Amino acid sequence: MSRREIISGNWAFAEAMRQINPDVVAAYPITPSTDIPMKFSEFVADGKVDTNFVTVESEHSAITACVTAAAAGARVMTASSANGVGLMHEIFPIAGFFRSPIVFGLVNRSLGAPINIHCDHSDSMGERDAGWIHLYCEDAQEAYDTAVMAVRLAEHDNILTPVFVCQDGFITSHGFEPVEMLDDETVKRFVGERNARYPLLDVKNPVTYGSFASTEYYFEIKRQQVEAMENALKLYDGVAREYEAVSGRYYPMLDAYRTEDAEFVVVVMSSAAGVVKDVVDELRDKGVKAGCLRIRMFRPFPFDGVAKALSHAKAIAVLDRSLSLGGTAPVVSEVRSALYRASALIPVQSYVFGLGGRDFFPQNARDIFTDLEKGQIVGEERYIGLLE
Amino acid sequence: MPGQEVVSWLRTRFFPHIWCPGCGHGIIMHSLLRALVTLDKKQSETVIASGIGCSSRMAGYIDACTVHTTHGRSLGFATGIKLAKPELTVIDVMGDGDCSAIGGNHFIHACRRNIDITAIVMNNNIYGMTGGQASPTTPVGSMATTTPYGAIDPSFDICKLAEGAGASYVARTSIANPKQAEQYIMKGIQKKGFSVIEVLTHCHTTFGRRNNRKTPIDNVNFFKANTVPLSKAKDMCEEDLVGKIVIGEFVDKDVPEYTAQYLSLIERVRG
Repeated sequence: MSRREIISGNWAFAEAMRQINPDVVAAYPITPSTDIPMKFSEFVADGKVDTNFVTVESEHSAITACVTAAAAGARVMTASSANGVGLMHEIFPIAGFFRSPIVFGLVNRSLGAPINIHCDHSDSMGERDAGWIHLYCEDAQEAYDTAVMAVRLAEHDNILTPVFVCQDGFITSHGFEPVEMLDDETVKRFVGERNARYPLLDVKNPVTYGSFASTEYYFEIKRQQVEAMENALKLYDGVAREYEAVSGRYYPMLDAYRTEDAEFVVVVMSSAAGVVKDVVDELRDKGVKAGCLRIRMFRPFPFDGVAKALSHAKAIAVLDRSLSLGGTAPVVSEVRSALYRASALIPVQSYVFGLGGRDFFPQNARDIFTDLEKGQIVGEERYIGLLE
Repeated sequence: MPGQEVVSWLRTRFFPHIWCPGCGHGIIMHSLLRALVTLDKKQSETVIASGIGCSSRMAGYIDACTVHTTHGRSLGFATGIKLAKPELTVIDVMGDGDCSAIGGNHFIHACRRNIDITAIVMNNNIYGMTGGQASPTTPVGSMATTTPYGAIDPSFDICKLAEGAGASYVARTSIANPKQAEQYIMKGIQKKGFSVIEVLTHCHTTFGRRNNRKTPIDNVNFFKANTVPLSKAKDMCEEDLVGKIVIGEFVDKDVPEYTAQYLSLIERVRG
């Protein structure tokens, strides 16, 4: 029997971890993700999981332990945020290359300096080319469901790629809301046992990980990771549909809200989508053909799906919760690329919002739609709620 | 109340501070400021570097040349500052997690180089800011959010670590002895070399309430009852020292200091 409880995004993720019962969790505290390993450590201490829980001395050590445990054949999970994620940067591509299917609760927080504990996506966006799958969740329910789904996605023989399950720091991680959770047995059946193909600890069939690959091999190995990402794009929906069958909840890689005939579409990720969707409803009542496209899967990026969802639009706004200083913000650059690939030259306005936890209000979303309706599209990025 | 000279070293516009009422960090900051005033240091020639954690907020409250950096890395930043301008007085304020976990590598190498920086380690046996996870100085058997049935990992002795790694001045006291803390910090600043002053403090909010030391005063009493001066400890047998924390000056030696060595190398090579 599934049950419904009022819990936070962090606790929802930790609860999913309890039900998944990973073999190894290695973690180090950092706000706002601390709650996840902390809650999980209670499950460990109370004997509710069989996990080897390792409290290491830094994030770098945490992810390192996770990579090798996963290579050894274990099912592995962890969590971190902000500069903790930054400290792990060296190891992320190794996890990707080792094909270590770690499921990682990434609680988005701005990457210092200046030090700020609140939400933006600068931490995960710094890792967008690390060879990890990126899934961005709108609320606590989705964080829970995505954690469970991510295990299947990461460990799929044709994917074998680690997954970031991102949720917005404090907004989602510390906000309490009703979350419906599956019963333990259903989760256990859904995730199954990990059956590692080339485990490091299979001493009868010795393998090597991370050996030197010179110019003759390196490129080809990277090509295999490209293929894994392509497979993830193809196989994602199957996992999502299977999850729907057990939970009744379906999470496509793109959450297209009233975009079928939308002329003005706001593209956004994570919690801010809730505000945009409310404003879409408001505008629809007034006869404006507004829509919201929430990108849930950022890596691999669903180019065709994005282009298709935006095909009717007259004007598009893309909201980034991070900057690419001196360049184009990450989400808008992918969206433009998707449109260009589809030969759809629709005007796109780039907006940067919510840095360091700056609030994003319905009025901000209304103003953005007004810009689109009036055709106020400029080449430069615009900043929402910036005091200047 | 702090004296006027001490207050002049504070950025009172940032008050109220973020420390919990009764936190020991304020006692240590006051000790440090009294030491700086007594030594007649100038705010424009004094650097306070810090990492991440409750202790690291001190760099924000002291009106000197301050830099608040990343978790565990403050000694790296401080090393750069000291090498660039050796005449500055460089003080690094850090917590036990900052010093001995994530920054352990930087700590031992700063000791090894013996660079003229004064490290003040505020040891409250816990990661306080993130809500009370066990740190490398959490005593065996103590409760933390990550060790709800007691810690089993042996803890670090920060002073022994510093001594083994080569620091030229190593001392320990507690917030129950603020005058001694001030004196040790003064000696540390005056010492030409790497100085480590470990000040035992408390996080009654996240450590104390799980370990029968709920109030600030419980903690002060704990330190009074369980610390033993080095001079006395020398005459005590091992049995009597079980559960006691030895305080005092463990190392006070004169060995070549890094920036001096570095400058003389430049002179020698340039001829």
